[in-house]
Amino acid sequence: MTDQPYLDISPQLSDEIRKTTCYMCACRCGIDVHIKNGKVAYIEGNKEHPVNQGVLCAKGSAGIMQINAPSKLKSPLKRIGPRGSGKFKEITWDEALNVATSWLKPIREKNPEKLAFFTGRDQSQSFTSFWAQNFGTPNYAAHGGFCSVNMAAAGIYTMGGAFWEFGQPDWDHTKLFMLFGVAEDHDSNPIKMGIGKIKAKGARIIGVNPIRTGYSAVADDWVGITPGTDGLFIMSLIHLLLKAGKIDLAYLSQFTNAPALVDKETGLLLKDADNKELVIDQKSGKLVAFDTKNIRPSLTANHKGNQTVFYHMIEKYLSDDFSPEAVSERTGIKAGRIRAIAAEIARVAFEESFEIDQEWTDFRGNKHKKMLARPVSFHAMRGISAHSNGFQTCRALHVLQIILGTVEVPGGFRFKPPYPKPSSIHPKPHCKVTPGAPLDGPHLGFVHGPDDLCLKEDGTPARIDKAFTWENPMSAHGLMHMVISNAHAGDPYKIDTLFMYMANMSWNSSMNTKGVIEMLTDKNDNGDYVIPHIIYSDAYSSEMVAYADLILPDTTYLERHDCISLLDRPICEADVVADSIRWPVIEPDRDVRGFQSVLCDLGTRLQLPGFIDDEGNARFKDYADYIVNHERKPGIGPLAGWRSKEDTGKGSPNPNQLNQYIKNGGFWTKHIPKNAAYYKPWNLDYQNWAVDTGLYDQPQPYLFSLYVEPMRKFQLAALGHGKTQPPEHLRDRILKSMDPLPIWYPPFEETLVDKDEFTLHALTQRPMAMYHSWGTQNAWLRQIHGVNPLYIPSKLMMSHSLKDGDWVQLTSVNGSITVPVAEMAALNERTVWTWNAIGKRKGTWALDKNAPEATKGFLLNHLIHELLPPKGDGLRWANSDPITGQAAWFDLRVKLEKVKPPFSSEPTFPEIKSPVQKGSDIILQGQN
Amino acid sequence: MTTLPEKTERKLGLVIDLDTCVGCHACVISCKGWNTENYGSPLADVDAYGENPVGTFLNRVHSYEVTPDEGTSQLVHFPKSCLHCEDAPCVTVCPTGASYKRFEDGIVLVNESDCIGCGLCAWACPYGAREMDGVEKVMKKCTLCVDRIYNENLEPEDQIPSCVRTCPAGARHFGDFNDPESNVNKLVLKRGGMDLMPEQQTKPVNKYLPPRPKDTLGEIDILAPLLKPVAEKPGSFIGWLNKQLDKI
Repeated sequence: MTDQPYLDISPQLSDEIRKTTCYMCACRCGIDVHIKNGKVAYIEGNKEHPVNQGVLCAKGSAGIMQINAPSKLKSPLKRIGPRGSGKFKEITWDEALNVATSWLKPIREKNPEKLAFFTGRDQSQSFTSFWAQNFGTPNYAAHGGFCSVNMAAAGIYTMGGAFWEFGQPDWDHTKLFMLFGVAEDHDSNPIKMGIGKIKAKGARIIGVNPIRTGYSAVADDWVGITPGTDGLFIMSLIHLLLKAGKIDLAYLSQFTNAPALVDKETGLLLKDADNKELVIDQKSGKLVAFDTKNIRPSLTANHKGNQTVFYHMIEKYLSDDFSPEAVSERTGIKAGRIRAIAAEIARVAFEESFEIDQEWTDFRGNKHKKMLARPVSFHAMRGISAHSNGFQTCRALHVLQIILGTVEVPGGFRFKPPYPKPSSIHPKPHCKVTPGAPLDGPHLGFVHGPDDLCLKEDGTPARIDKAFTWENPMSAHGLMHMVISNAHAGDPYKIDTLFMYMANMSWNSSMNTKGVIEMLTDKNDNGDYVIPHIIYSDAYSSEMVAYADLILPDTTYLERHDCISLLDRPICEADVVADSIRWPVIEPDRDVRGFQSVLCDLGTRLQLPGFIDDEGNARFKDYADYIVNHERKPGIGPLAGWRSKEDTGKGSPNPNQLNQYIKNGGFWTKHIPKNAAYYKPWNLDYQNWAVDTGLYDQPQPYLFSLYVEPMRKFQLAALGHGKTQPPEHLRDRILKSMDPLPIWYPPFEETLVDKDEFTLHALTQRPMAMYHSWGTQNAWLRQIHGVNPLYIPSKLMMSHSLKDGDWVQLTSVNGSITVPVAEMAALNERTVWTWNAIGKRKGTWALDKNAPEATKGFLLNHLIHELLPPKGDGLRWANSDPITGQAAWFDLRVKLEKVKPPFSSEPTFPEIKSPVQKGSDIILQGQN
Repeated sequence: MTTLPEKTERKLGLVIDLDTCVGCHACVISCKGWNTENYGSPLADVDAYGENPVGTFLNRVHSYEVTPDEGTSQLVHFPKSCLHCEDAPCVTVCPTGASYKRFEDGIVLVNESDCIGCGLCAWACPYGAREMDGVEKVMKKCTLCVDRIYNENLEPEDQIPSCVRTCPAGARHFGDFNDPESNVNKLVLKRGGMDLMPEQQTKPVNKYLPPRPKDTLGEIDILAPLLKPVAEKPGSFIGWLNKQLDKI
């Protein structure tokens, strides 16, 4: 027993720990990077960090394989072969930036709109948009339009925020958590931590998803809903809860526009001279502004026949059209099941309610002794968003939360600072172009009526992606998926230079991948490319690289400065305002530069006002300099921490700011006082605290919009009112889709294809170990998810005589793919699905050409078109939500047929010549 | 042939909660990252960017579909690593004594300098919890992060296996099964912790907590008391509402 070998049980972990922010997905966890002999040896979660509190997902731990990846680009590249060939020569940075300047300078002087600058999985949008604004092009957006804008926009218009970056369930108090849609989705670690936490306490989780994987797999109850029908299911829950009176009347009366009066002639809300909604005080019977002190707004009174919003809701949702029996067949959920879920929601919200002993004061000056819990919470992201009825479906979910009174109360949904922020205080979109000068304001924002649309004087779209037009008026994140298609078609106009960052548009980030490749390589009669110049920045040898003329190689996330800013997409928690940085914990070993620093350089070369001083010299020597010294408003900059005034969030720039962040583990936090923790939109203590912290300019309590009045303004225009009216062919669609109360309509694609032929729905999910990750086929992660079969429900496997490993041809109205299959029983019977973005093109990502990703992997993207099937009217109808323009990925209808196994999945594409070498065969990470 | 200790001073191991594991593979990669840098030789990845990448992992997550006779199918995520059995057949089968079970804490380890890579232990393990390293040709297995749990360079709360520290859902727990008051024993008692394949008589130390019963909400008919309609039509609903509003 004593002859056990000697073990060193206390080895030194590393020489040094450097704390920064992960970028393996969009979750932005804090990480401890262990450095040994100057190299990264090990990455683990930062225990102090507000987002992940020490835990870390598979992607985060695999970051070490990302920075050692063979697919890293090594130097600026200039194309020397035809587009798509992959033939490049290495050039110097000076040459690369001179080429870029020679293309961009003449555009800016004459037609700034001829630059389309779109950034994909960009986490520096407040910076990249500032650059684009200074350039003067109206054509800027990031990837939100093809991701989840429906959820974000519906949330902001309804209640001043949505899920994920905007807010989260009250994990400490919730007793019923209902999760809709694609499961392994935004966000990553906090949802897993929350699920673990509430399960330990015995809370119930209901997963509503056609596919029972991931979070739905651990859900107590699974609702295998038919894709695209979530809105109908939610409205049936609203119907049952209303009918049973299981709604929070006091909450609706005090905090929402349920008591606001709707003008019976116009459908607009009655307002006073200060533009405040009018309500009838139940006590005095008088018509008063909603924020008048000591009133009790009536939900039922009417004023000269003008009824309340709540009255209109009752009329709409008590209709038998939303009874469980009426929606059962379409949703694929039994009526009794819908009832059971509604009953459970009602039970937990109202019978398991409790109070927190905490005083607070509302905006009417009323003091409340306690905070009343409604311990039911919800979460959803892309699953219900990525449909052509997604905006209204997301609206319905927010309305469901609100009628239960679960938003911003204990146990319900809580905003994260800087949210709540009502749509009215967000910027409006700007598009006024002046040659040689900046744009007249921020590109993206929230429209409040037809006058806010981005239209030219002749009524044509001002933006290349047609955002903020009658085709999709509330497109708050732009439509990145339409840029190449529109630029190629010259609709609404032609462009000169397409400039993209972290967006794999010739592969998994585009609908109609093959078509997009053709558009990128198409030439006009003169033999010139239809899209004349393409500049692309990426850290890796992705599929998009081959289609650009000029490559600006980016660094990896451990070699760069970044800020996760409150001006942008913040990382706050419900009790904490927070921001963070990345800093170069290692130096690049190749000739690459952080893209944002490159933009600073380009900004100087182009003499963009925000980037030069009075003498025309560089105002910022690099992105780090910008992060510290840029001010959006006096005292407000990219980072809120360690400004000159300690811990307020505001103050003049502090030259030592980044060092303070590094010393504190890469992040800054400030806690919300207890009396401001809940009821934030109406809580005076929160409102005042938010002003002190620099989140608001002034206190601005507001009502939740069950009824979204701006939508009614678009309907009025469609009815012929006002000076800005939709074109004839869109009047009917605007009128039908822009209902100010949530509605459901069938996804567009199924109304245009033969449903008896295309009987199935097809979906994708991102696996947890790869969700939202940008970069290489990571050597460790590809061993977990290196193949992506098409998962087919058991009954369908049987009826098509299929077994695992067989192949099928999967066909949509847009084309066919041939792919391997696997059986899955826990799946909606009318749905097939696969993991997204596993398939890779031969010659990319430094993978062997026989890698399974390139031979068996596949994309559903080939089956999904950016346009709807032609209607015979000669018009190009986007395959998008008609309100926000969100890409309708999940509307896809398919059929399948068993085929003989081909050599590889189809369609096949020629191998691209790789600008980098294939990786070494053997990795021995940690070898001394 | 190597002998097992009759009794170990402590009995360290894991409790893995199958009700909570979401199948994210965080534990798999964290384990790889820690252990390729630490105990023994690196965990090699062969053909890392090629047609058939094969790497050594000490912990893997498998997913199984379960279709009950009644009700809907379920997906169970099942993380698997060495269970540090009390009657570990991988130890007794080892011809060189390289495989051994520590008397102080019961951790089963492979002394790599004595391992001849014969693979007998992997054959003997009924759980498939050992992997031959593709480069070093020695047997690799979970060490329960023996170089973390006593590591004085770590904060006390970090002296746990890397898989436990990283698990986002909190589905993994580490402790001493010899201590009746330990967190792991309490969890096993409360949640009905189970042995994996007890018929193999290996007496595994690690325990699994079974998934809670699923889909218990079922269906309810129109007479559900919680959903009893207060009114059928908008007009009568307003009447009900007015009465309620007077009470607020």
